Amino acid sequence: MRKTSRIEERFFRVLMFFSTAFIAISLLLIVFSIVYKGLPSLSWEMLTQEPKGGFYFGKEGGILNAILGSFYLAIGATLLAMLIAIPVALFINVHLRKYKKSTNFIRFLLDLMWGVPSIVYGAFAFGVMIYLGVRTSLLAGIITVTLFIIPIMIRSFDEVLKTIPNGLLESTFSLGATLSETSYRVVLRQCIPGFITSILLSFGRAIGDAAAVMFTAGFTDSIPTSLNQPAATLPLSIFFQLSSPIPEVKARAYTSALVLTVIILLISIFARYFSRKYEKNKIRF
Amino acid sequence: MGVLTISRQVRNRLHGSWMLISLIFVVLLPFLLGTGLYIKSANLLSNHSISSLLFSTEWKPISGKFGLWPFILSSLWVTILAVLFAVPICLLTSLHITQYAKRWVLSLMHPIIDILAGIPSVIYGVWGVLIVVPFVADYIAPLFGKTISGYSILAGAIVLAIMIIPFMLNILMEIFKTIPEELTEASLALGATRWQTIKKVILRKAFPGIVSAIGLGLSRAFGETIAVMMVVGNVTRIPYGTLQPGYPLPALIANNYGEMMSIPLYDSALMLAALVLFVIVLFFNFASRMAIVRLEKNL
Amino acid sequence: MHQGCKIHIENLNLTIGKQSILKDINICIPEGKITVIIGPSGCGKTTLLKTLNRLTDLYPEMKVSGSIVIDDQNVLESGQDITEIRKKMGLLSQRPYPLPMNIFNNVAFGLRISGRLSKRILHKRVQHYLEQANLWEEVKNRLHEPASKLSIGQQQRLCLARGLAVDPEIILADEPTSALDPISSQTIEHKFLELRGKYTIVLVTHFLQQAQRIADNVVFMYLGEVIEQGPSDEFFNNPQQEHTKHYLKGMFN
Repeated sequence: MRKTSRIEERFFRVLMFFSTAFIAISLLLIVFSIVYKGLPSLSWEMLTQEPKGGFYFGKEGGILNAILGSFYLAIGATLLAMLIAIPVALFINVHLRKYKKSTNFIRFLLDLMWGVPSIVYGAFAFGVMIYLGVRTSLLAGIITVTLFIIPIMIRSFDEVLKTIPNGLLESTFSLGATLSETSYRVVLRQCIPGFITSILLSFGRAIGDAAAVMFTAGFTDSIPTSLNQPAATLPLSIFFQLSSPIPEVKARAYTSALVLTVIILLISIFARYFSRKYEKNKIRF
Repeated sequence: MGVLTISRQVRNRLHGSWMLISLIFVVLLPFLLGTGLYIKSANLLSNHSISSLLFSTEWKPISGKFGLWPFILSSLWVTILAVLFAVPICLLTSLHITQYAKRWVLSLMHPIIDILAGIPSVIYGVWGVLIVVPFVADYIAPLFGKTISGYSILAGAIVLAIMIIPFMLNILMEIFKTIPEELTEASLALGATRWQTIKKVILRKAFPGIVSAIGLGLSRAFGETIAVMMVVGNVTRIPYGTLQPGYPLPALIANNYGEMMSIPLYDSALMLAALVLFVIVLFFNFASRMAIVRLEKNL
Repeated sequence: MHQGCKIHIENLNLTIGKQSILKDINICIPEGKITVIIGPSGCGKTTLLKTLNRLTDLYPEMKVSGSIVIDDQNVLESGQDITEIRKKMGLLSQRPYPLPMNIFNNVAFGLRISGRLSKRILHKRVQHYLEQANLWEEVKNRLHEPASKLSIGQQQRLCLARGLAVDPEIILADEPTSALDPISSQTIEHKFLELRGKYTIVLVTHFLQQAQRIADNVVFMYLGEVIEQGPSDEFFNNPQQEHTKHYLKGMFN
């Protein structure tokens, strides 16, 4: 009995170790294979030029249109989402703090929304666009991605705001501050480190998403100069290039994937860095 | 002073109203989504019965036949298989990280899980095309004496499994962390080994949480679009094996949006597909979240 | 109405669900004096203090009835500018809660929200209040460091300066020294004695010695009720109620 239980313990510990290692190795494998395949075609031209004629047959040009398009889209969507997510998150945690039942209900609803796949948002937005008779555009893409990241952003802000102690609110109210002054001048400030991380992660979600933008932002070889022009995005550019039978184009798909991976890794590093840097004004309770 | 106070109060009101408007908008969003998709698919629903749409296997848009069953079935295959792959790995790893792991393993694994969770779907797709599809074609299929391209339900499930691992892992780790340490200590003090404690105390206590983590993983996997679409083959046919190509619901929507305007009712059919997706995902989400709420109440 | 009452509490009841936290409280808090509320923990002292500036609004489960009249104004009546009422009362809580900004701005916060001041005047006022709280000398060269870098004792004095800066008439202090070292505690106590007269001070404490050292007026609470109240000398030397006698004895032995 003793012995079998010891063997069992051994067995499962080894199994656990391997499954943990498996996850670490998967990440390495993903990053390595993208770098290995993507690096050969990486060039300055690739990053700084728009697709020229015949680009999709392996001729000259780059993916600047998609890189910029993605950034425009992700920045626009992140800012727009913040405009709604920050007030909502503060409202739930400061104004509605005492109404436990309604805040729990709102949180539950947001959690439900969190799980809705981006393709559903994309299809919904496309339906609305048909109804309104508008064509694909950067603006439509931004709005769709905004809808998609709002629940993610609010819940992520919310987790940060939950840590605010009642004592800080009491102190601020005692100074005669109104609810909005308390929210924006004190609570928001206390939570900036956490918020920056949340914002960067939402930005990462926005820049990496393909399904919500394929119906709404469209695709184009030129760099959009206004909100009502269509815009290319990196994920779609990767997807389209990869489905080409021409080896040069396929190789560029890998390079584009490398670019997107690097952007995502940088975001992750920034998120860590900023949250550490802005910790200093934060009061630990 | 009086004027200033008034302007402060006005500002407070304005901020408050904007907050309230935003909140109402956010709360209405799911209903908006559902209603919008329903209105768009109503055209089709008025001509066909819902069961004939969901369970018919014939998908011929040109002759007005919109049977979603092959797609629903493909989605189920891919999703369930992916969850089957991911669950044991997530369980073992989350137990390792929360119960056994040393500090350096933690500080290594946390960024790894975060990065895995942040990698965009399309990158997983590229990786799938590069590694998983050839792997299935060259190593798995020959085991069953078959020659295939590798674009298959199995490839989709493997890619999807890797994608949902960080997601489920995070939830499971949260759940294991909520189990009070005193409980573990009490069990250890009774002379149980660490593994016996995990088996008899922790897993039992966390069981509802584990079920809901699986439910959430399932709903996450069900809606995943682009990565799966890139490796699954996209052939409209009832799949009868994991090495066959499949055509999940999200891929159907994503692949056909371009041409759907030219054929009558086609757009309605795709919106219906999106609605089905929405409802299924919400259902899984709802059930799992409810289970988690229960679990938190019991602790 | 009693003469000289800055705060007049009448028939105050507070319940959480079916539990009664404050039962029929009637207190007169004299103007310009230090009133100390004592009693064993859980007797409702802190809740009473929070009711005074309606921080109870934060907690939905609390139901309040009765009246708290400050300068002919009933605090508990809804529909008033609660921020103006709160500004009349500076709060010093059990643990310091500095605002997440630098030292200077912690004090300037209250000044800024209640009026636009020139930079020079603002600086002068901030210095004045920091001096009032005996903190100026220690922080004058590091005004732009985050408040979180101060020691707990310094943070509590910063909170005092911050509270004074909104020019209150009343100071509410909820066991303000319980988290502090003896020297910082002494500083705060001395400060209260200096501020007496200009401000009406309401202090909640469970240190009887502290109450004896600084109180003009004592309110003894037990299980949500006021057992006895009166001038400090009378209270400590000649308590009227059995409960009070027991409590004083128990604490002194």
